[in-house]
Amino acid sequence: MGRILMKGTEAIAEAAIQAGCKYFFGYPITPQNEIPEYMSAHLPEVGGVYVQAESEVASINMVLGGGATGYRVMTSSSSPGISLMSEGISYIAGCEIPAVIVNVMRAGPGLGGILPGQADYLQATKGGGNGDYNLIVLAPSTLQECVDLTQLAFDLAQKYRNPVMVAADGFMGQMMEAVEIKPSPTKDQPADASWALGFMEERGGKRSHLHSLFLAPEPLEEHNRKLQKKYAAIKAAEQRCECFRMEDAELLVAAYGTTARISRSAVNNLRAEGLKVGMIRPITLWPYPYEAFKTIPSTVKHILVAEMNAGQMVDDVKVATGCRYPVSFYGRMGGFAPSVKEIEDECRRILAL
Amino acid sequence: MSEVKVYERPKSWMPNVSSHYCPGCGHGIAHRLVCEAIDELGIQNDTIGVAPVGCAAMIYDYMDTDYCEAPHGRAPAVATGLKTVRPDKIVYTYQGDGDLASIGMAEIIHAANRGQSITVIFINNAIYGMTGGQMAPTTLIGQKTTTCPLGRDASVNGYPLRVSEMLATLPAPGFITRVTVAQPKYTLKAKQAIKKAFQNQVEGKGFSLVEVLSSCPTNWGMRPVEAFDWLLSSMMPYYPLGVFKDFD
Repeated sequence: MGRILMKGTEAIAEAAIQAGCKYFFGYPITPQNEIPEYMSAHLPEVGGVYVQAESEVASINMVLGGGATGYRVMTSSSSPGISLMSEGISYIAGCEIPAVIVNVMRAGPGLGGILPGQADYLQATKGGGNGDYNLIVLAPSTLQECVDLTQLAFDLAQKYRNPVMVAADGFMGQMMEAVEIKPSPTKDQPADASWALGFMEERGGKRSHLHSLFLAPEPLEEHNRKLQKKYAAIKAAEQRCECFRMEDAELLVAAYGTTARISRSAVNNLRAEGLKVGMIRPITLWPYPYEAFKTIPSTVKHILVAEMNAGQMVDDVKVATGCRYPVSFYGRMGGFAPSVKEIEDECRRILAL
Repeated sequence: MSEVKVYERPKSWMPNVSSHYCPGCGHGIAHRLVCEAIDELGIQNDTIGVAPVGCAAMIYDYMDTDYCEAPHGRAPAVATGLKTVRPDKIVYTYQGDGDLASIGMAEIIHAANRGQSITVIFINNAIYGMTGGQMAPTTLIGQKTTTCPLGRDASVNGYPLRVSEMLATLPAPGFITRVTVAQPKYTLKAKQAIKKAFQNQVEGKGFSLVEVLSSCPTNWGMRPVEAFDWLLSSMMPYYPLGVFKDFD
């Protein structure tokens, strides 16, 4: 399959199928309905099954059960639906079950609206559900990256037995772009019978129990230490970040997802005017790419964070830079994205200070 | 004289493990019946259980089969996921009345309505056990609990839910029955029902649910024998035993 023009949601769905996902559990919510629609139409072609759950609560728990088999399973939703899934996500993390969750984010809080947003950053990266757990959170900025990161999500989920969220936003979901979707090389990877449910015979009659309940404090702390060790390994190995025109930059825009592609245009325009502006774009929102922030050149004097929210990533940038730079913020909410001109103007304002 | 063993622990019960249940609690009997059914059908290595939240949350410490945990009430959804990916396996949930009839009502109705080929063992003891004896959807009118200390009042709390009768109105579920473990004669029938509910799944027939009227002496504030007597005299008139739906 060469490059073809596809809508983001449909590209994500096809990428998942090409990654070997045969089981999708979902519940409709705007603006991601094309994912369950695509899955319902195309999973039967590969011998897969789409189950429309009675709610997001049920769909994430179907993912919990499906993922407990070791096979590749997925759900998708949008912000209020992800809130409903938070309970299940915490359990999936606690039970160490691989799962892929796509969040095509919209503006909130509450029902908010159906237009794009990035206001689930803190929910995705700092918790959402109860307890000490982390999701791996991937933030695509192009539709090709939606494809590539969706396929990576399945690999990371199985490698670490951890839920992985693809944090797209409504723009990523609804825009069209040319993409190339290749079958993932890991597509035919068999389920891992060493821990997955349904392989008791293969284990010679040895049972497997997947649970997060430990009533005594000692084993629960031990379980948490094991999880934290895993999260430390993920932090060490899976940070991903793009540094764009960063060399000799005096001002860096820190942005991800749709806001990053808007910021990229602003950076190119400002560079054309001779202004020394660059961009640092986290691709993994968790683990946050601290290592990339260590490579910021000494020429940088200021960092501008741009998001479609009220500044949820600002604290991470301050931590990543050890508060060595002044950090300011420009964002839009309600379904608006910052325009290229708005970011250019903000950069000019900062550079004139 | 040769030794003849007439009674032993089921093979699918974890060796050398005792349960945590209170004296006189029906969970122990119900667990045993599930184990016996699994043993007799020869499906130990092919069975995946889904644990509830509540007193039976640690059922996986006792059952020597693959087991998965579910958040409170969500066991039928977890079982749906398991069965969807592994239709070749025998998937069952074991849930209490708070789990199934309160927080998990949506999940059980929709799993039943899909005719999901799973087996549900539903323990109804008319009270919340693990959290210390609060009112359940199945608590009887006038029954005193820690959250209805004057007795359940229908004008405030509504009426006790008859789950089996309600689910039996749906077209999809195949086998729905109510049994009890209050006396040996009933327990033998409960065993037959539980075995049939698993057998149905082995035969790929569809959704089966066995509601088991059970006791909670600790939270009912009764001695074990007294508790089973109360079950027979007070619960059974409101929750009649019987088969409400069958595949045939």
